[in-house]
Amino acid sequence: MKYARLVWVNMMRNKRRTVLTTLSVAAALFLFVSLRSVNTTLADARQVGSESRMVTRHAISIVFFLPESYYGWLVTVPGVKSVSWAEWFNGIYRDPRDFFPSFAVEAESYLAMYPEMVIPEDQRRAFLGERTAALVGSGLMERFGWTLGQTIQLRSPIWAPDQDWPFTIRAVYTPTNPSFGDALFFFHYEYLYENAGRRAQPGWYVLEIEDPALAASVAETIDEHYRNSRAATKTETERAFQTGFVTMYGNVGFLMNAIGLAVFFAILLVAANAMMMAARERTSEVAVLKTLGYSDRLLFGLVLAEAATITLIGGLLGVFGAKLAFEGSGFQGLGFLPGFQVKWATAMAGMAIALSLGLASGIVPAWWAARLPVAETLRRVG
Amino acid sequence: MAIPVIYNLRSVRQRPVSTTFTASGMGLVVLVFIAMMALSRGFRSALVETGSRENVIVVRSGADNELISGLSRQTAQTITGMPFVARTPDGRPLASPEVYVLVSLERLGGSDALVVARGIDPEAFQVRKNVRIIAGRMFNPGAPEILVGKNIVGRFAGTEIGGVISFANRDWTVVGHFAAGGSAFESEIWGENEQFMPAFRGDVFQSLTFRMSDPGAFQSIRQTLEDDPRLPVDAHREYDFYANQSYLLTRILSFAATFIAGIMAIGAIFGAVNTMYATVSARAPEIAVLLTLGFRPLSVLASFLLEASLIALLGGLLGCLFSLPLNGIVTSTTNWQSMSEVAFAFRVTPELLLRGIIFALVMGLVGGFFPALKAARQPVVQAARQA
Repeated sequence: MKYARLVWVNMMRNKRRTVLTTLSVAAALFLFVSLRSVNTTLADARQVGSESRMVTRHAISIVFFLPESYYGWLVTVPGVKSVSWAEWFNGIYRDPRDFFPSFAVEAESYLAMYPEMVIPEDQRRAFLGERTAALVGSGLMERFGWTLGQTIQLRSPIWAPDQDWPFTIRAVYTPTNPSFGDALFFFHYEYLYENAGRRAQPGWYVLEIEDPALAASVAETIDEHYRNSRAATKTETERAFQTGFVTMYGNVGFLMNAIGLAVFFAILLVAANAMMMAARERTSEVAVLKTLGYSDRLLFGLVLAEAATITLIGGLLGVFGAKLAFEGSGFQGLGFLPGFQVKWATAMAGMAIALSLGLASGIVPAWWAARLPVAETLRRVG
Repeated sequence: MAIPVIYNLRSVRQRPVSTTFTASGMGLVVLVFIAMMALSRGFRSALVETGSRENVIVVRSGADNELISGLSRQTAQTITGMPFVARTPDGRPLASPEVYVLVSLERLGGSDALVVARGIDPEAFQVRKNVRIIAGRMFNPGAPEILVGKNIVGRFAGTEIGGVISFANRDWTVVGHFAAGGSAFESEIWGENEQFMPAFRGDVFQSLTFRMSDPGAFQSIRQTLEDDPRLPVDAHREYDFYANQSYLLTRILSFAATFIAGIMAIGAIFGAVNTMYATVSARAPEIAVLLTLGFRPLSVLASFLLEASLIALLGGLLGCLFSLPLNGIVTSTTNWQSMSEVAFAFRVTPELLLRGIIFALVMGLVGGFFPALKAARQPVVQAARQA
């Protein structure tokens, strides 16, 4: 540590260059951490799906309905604890571009199955007791400035598209896990059924099973039972179902990693260039230090330490700047990335990248310094 | 008087490593920018090219995509008989009523994707001018045969000619592949209406697309259709209908391109600033000589700005060069408006390359400005003393 001051003085020799290099490393790490967080958020979105819940949908695709009569048989399947169902509503509040997911659900059984939604007991009862009541995520309430008890009008391009659907907000949930999303909208399936001219049918069934180990056998029993019926089914765990949706984005992970790599190399070039310029300017000083008895290894270490200090400070700025910025702004990727956050693991990975940037950019100048021929260099010192 | 460019060229060559590093850093920024924009353009053009300006697509009123639409045979027939529908020389209407459903297919990689299965009549190939069969043959009426768009061939099992794909409790034989000018149709499966109707939702179409006999009359055609009490429909120009579906994703991708390239650019600009300051201080004596010779400070400023631009131009060219192989690479995502998988190609256009070069030049000029200013303001006597 006794050389810390020497490293510092060297860094401050050309303040402008040091500051600029630090800031460019900070920008790169900010970006790296943001890109990485997109990937971790998507990975979390897959994990939201529970292993102890299963989803039964139409075998052709999710856009086909299932008969209501399936409920009666599904509850009797061995291993199934309870059954609920839901249907996609596609509600629009004023502007279709202000999208949020909305579902009609068989309310009582659905709420019992999703402990992820924390709802005050009186609100839960108020919601269950009223046909036109809605249950809304806290984030969505904030987005539109809604209040509890307010009546709002939604439209749906699918269900009775020519009319407004009034809903009274009777309950607000907060998710136990940010990835579950705080911008969902739920209401009673009966309301959908009656208002849509009795054309509605369940879009999918949700099953709670007694033991995740039974998932495969439950799926096989159900799909086999309906194989040759008018509406054949496909049953899978909720996690597999969610993963299916996440993969529909396309290969986001690869894209983010490829860009991250480009960012890394771009900044490596900037940092290495700066370190080389610094080393070149200091050639004579290094020669003097060597004459004073500084070993080659020590000089090698000093240059590396200087490079690493610059990139680590830049890394701290970028990584924690990103963490604070995203947490402060509540960024959710236009609604596509619920629960977006910079995790500690990502922050640590960012710091490791910063350190490796420092070592990689310092290695060539450090080697120069260590190998510098003293006599020849000193001859040039004026 | 201006300082000759050759002076800058030789100076740049004096410091090959520093120049290469700075230019390559900018090149990477340009590469990322072009790549992201090419992705956005590719997706947009796939949807835009899906629709023609001469065609009208009719869907159930209130439906903004085909998935949630529904038209009875009666409605389709009524519209097909109307006078503004263009006709073939032998008098048949150029109209194509279509079934549109999504089927869940397994990608060769393993995960499922929702693919559009579109039921058509043979007229569809005349209504849509850009669609043609590139391999195999048309399906035979009455047979469980399908055509596969060329962008999903090889991405899903059984898409080769002679292959069998199972959906809706039946096996369908692939008898041909078709191309559709890079549009989203190339990600679809086409079969016969009379086969698809009973297999899926029964006796109902999802959309009707027809050619207008007078494309200029769209507004009045739309009025006629939407005002007709027999017809619960909305009419859209086909081009706008599909282009609107690209809005959200294109916006996200353009935002991401600007955000990512913008932040990278900050880093690269700082790198350029460092390089140019080092250049200016290393050449202080030379600058003094230039000023003594009578070159104006403004010429010196211009000269160093030019030098920064040269490095940036080199970087821009590198970025463009490495972005070229991306052109045409096919990737896929989901059109969330219709929930369907759309495969599309990266599109690196000359206009994008030009924007990349301009982007690089801006980085060079911004990064070079303050160092160049310092050079121009250098006190002559002091600088000359160092010489």
